[in-house]
Amino acid sequence: MSQSRRIALVAGIFVALQIALAVSAPLIAPYDPLAQDIVARLKGPSLAHWLGTDHLGRDILSRILYGYRTALIACGIAVGLALVIGGGFGLLAAFYRGWCERIVMRAMDILFAFPVMLLAIGIIAMLGPRTESAAIAIAVVYVPIFARLLRGPALVLMESDFVAGARSIGAGDLRIMLRHILPNLASVILVQTSLLLSAAILVEASLSFLGLGTQPPTPSLGLMLAEGRNFVLLSPWNAIFAGLGILLLSLGFNLLGDALRDELDPRLRDRT
Amino acid sequence: MLRHLLQRGLDLVIVLFGISAIVFLMIRLIPGDAVAIMLGANTEVTPERLAAMRAELGLDKPLIEQYLSWVGRALHGDFGTSIWTGRPVIQEIAAQIWPTLELTFLALLFGAVLAVPLGCLMAQWRGGKADLVLRLGAIAGLTIPSFWLGIVMLIAVAAWLPGFASLGYVPFSEDPLGNLQRMLLPAVALALPILANLSRLVRSAMLDALGQDYVRTARAKGLAENAVLYRHALRNALIPFVTSVGIMAGYLLGGAIVVEQVFSIPGLGRLILGAIAERNYPLVQATILVVTVGFVAVNALVDLAYALIDPRLRTAS
Repeated sequence: MSQSRRIALVAGIFVALQIALAVSAPLIAPYDPLAQDIVARLKGPSLAHWLGTDHLGRDILSRILYGYRTALIACGIAVGLALVIGGGFGLLAAFYRGWCERIVMRAMDILFAFPVMLLAIGIIAMLGPRTESAAIAIAVVYVPIFARLLRGPALVLMESDFVAGARSIGAGDLRIMLRHILPNLASVILVQTSLLLSAAILVEASLSFLGLGTQPPTPSLGLMLAEGRNFVLLSPWNAIFAGLGILLLSLGFNLLGDALRDELDPRLRDRT
Repeated sequence: MLRHLLQRGLDLVIVLFGISAIVFLMIRLIPGDAVAIMLGANTEVTPERLAAMRAELGLDKPLIEQYLSWVGRALHGDFGTSIWTGRPVIQEIAAQIWPTLELTFLALLFGAVLAVPLGCLMAQWRGGKADLVLRLGAIAGLTIPSFWLGIVMLIAVAAWLPGFASLGYVPFSEDPLGNLQRMLLPAVALALPILANLSRLVRSAMLDALGQDYVRTARAKGLAENAVLYRHALRNALIPFVTSVGIMAGYLLGGAIVVEQVFSIPGLGRLILGAIAERNYPLVQATILVVTVGFVAVNALVDLAYALIDPRLRTAS
């Protein structure tokens, strides 16, 4: 087994494990993530609370498990929306060329020109700070990335014999796009989705850290970091473990995307 | 060459127009009556106050007219007065932009300067154990949240160097050493992901360059491997590097807004979060517009510098 394939496998298992933890949070979390125990506040790791407790005496481990859910749902929706909308624009541009392509890609250039966090903050400022706004904001900033990513390879595919073949037997535009071109872009989409999920987790955590994403008391990793920061000299555990959670979640998707790219891209496969 | 520059200039104008239109229309995203929300955050809402504020913001005119007068005033640096402090918005931005710019610049400097040698080493050791370790390290570096790294460094400094001033901000002109001391930790925290990103980029650009004909020629004429690497390959590998440094600047600026909050630095982050909290939408819009336009302008200058330096682009037309 090649090195990149081994890394992809390990990363895949790592990601699957974290998703499983998030999904089964209600079953495996030792405490209610919202249950306060003021007497046991700001405690370090112990047998009763493996990762300690926060400033309201809530169990950090349980909050991280639920925080994973919040992060994965918000980022999954955000990246999914970006893929459908941005990818759709990219395909349309490649398919119809001409004016359609020029207008769509110009619009994407304009969106792409904004610094990511700044545009996201602007959108949230208007929609109001909550998890849904953060997801929408992340989706908007990632739309141009998918559009640019899919347009190039779609243009190449448009010239291929099988598209000409499909057209000659009377396949319609939509059918060619969805049945013939899209499946051939699967590996590009898979790699980019994984890498963007990794980035989105960091952006969502940053937004929640700033108080612009998930609102208390819902468990969110970025929010835990912000709450932990206020008590960091009394008890650093909330901040440390929440940040570690963000790091591991983002790292898993990044490793997976990176290894998949090495594995699926024939140009890179020979090089390393 | 001239045609190339004209085309670039036209592209720039279109992008700037698009940016201004998006920022202008942003305020329409507010669910409900934006003016009532803005007023309600601070005073009692009465029909007279609503009408007065609408007139002040020009919201009683047609959309196109509103946009044109908004852009016209923005071009003169006039973003109106902050509804709550009564100071011109542009002054509020000017007062708080420097810490953010300094932090962004220092982080970019750290990241870019260290990334070149690191990327070269990775390319030189490609395929080996050391390359693998550095590559995995780089991916880990990419995914370390800067704001978390900042907090961890704060904890470490508090434990081991209790006298080290790591919070807040003093202007460089007042106390250069104190300024740099307070900027050190946030800049390092912010630089790490950039360092990881750029060193990966240098690695792959070096690997690309090493596959080119001129590298084979250089080797064939008996140049030492180091001369091939650093005199021939690196020079060409730096071209994509410089482009991404420009793009990184925007990413860093966003990161700086977050890291500032960790280290209690009064920069754009505090300005924009404060503006959001008091529903001061014009200030939010102005900040986003000013920073984005500045960012686009810097990237355009980098592009222009390239067109002048790279002989392939210079003679292309």
